[in-house]
Amino acid sequence: MGKLDAKSPCDGLLPIEIGAARLSEVEMTRLTSLAPKPGQEAAFSKALKAAHGMALPAPNRATGKAGARALWFGKGQGMLIGPEPEAGLAAHAALTDQSDAWAMVRLEGAAAEDVLARLVPVDLRQSVFKRGHTARTMLQHMAVSITRISGEAFLILAFRSMAGTLVHDLETAMKGVAARRGA
Amino acid sequence: MRIKCPLCGERDRREFYYVGDAVLIERPDAEAGDQVWDDYLHNRDNPAGITRDLWQHEGGCGAWIVVSRNTVTHETLGVELAEARARKIGRGAS
Repeated sequence: MGKLDAKSPCDGLLPIEIGAARLSEVEMTRLTSLAPKPGQEAAFSKALKAAHGMALPAPNRATGKAGARALWFGKGQGMLIGPEPEAGLAAHAALTDQSDAWAMVRLEGAAAEDVLARLVPVDLRQSVFKRGHTARTMLQHMAVSITRISGEAFLILAFRSMAGTLVHDLETAMKGVAARRGA
Repeated sequence: MRIKCPLCGERDRREFYYVGDAVLIERPDAEAGDQVWDDYLHNRDNPAGITRDLWQHEGGCGAWIVVSRNTVTHETLGVELAEARARKIGRGAS
């Protein structure tokens, strides 16, 4: 078999910077979907905390930090970003490797909120969507996960197959916001 | 129209997929007879007013929900998880 070159989902597309917004790809890492077994959410959360230092996030919240993060990822689901999950966690939850299935980008800067306001039907302003808040929602017509990871930075996950569209939609909105700001 | 997802909070209607009348949860017994099954499968009211529907929060958390709403005013009167409703009537996984 020939030599295969691993490529990240947004290879050749990012980073870009337009006006007061910057879009970059988050380095590919281990992604594990977490689905606690019925009635075992608390036990699983405790085990997750012991193994990787963060509790299972409540709905609309994220736990952990860069390098080892857990996002609430929908009803009865979480997404562990970074660490290889400890084998013992499987006693309380179904763990599924999704490492290559998602495109992960970081949108940051003073204009980031305005860019997302053009694409997402959820209020993501700092006053209501703070650091550690996460949302499963839509970006244009795509299902995404959006998390505020710092004051002016958002982590966005979309299906890997939609990486080109994700970048295109965000870039178009970034250009629009910059034009309106006269940047 | 906006729907308040029990998990995500109030969201735009575009995130939700309409699945059908909430009567779908109330599946009759297998031996209930042709008349009951015909009713369950085919006969629906089409009220101008209050109705109960199943929706899925497709563009969000993925939950199936039962929404009571007014078809005339688009007001939503109540929302609950479909699994909670199913448990209440003795159906669904424990």
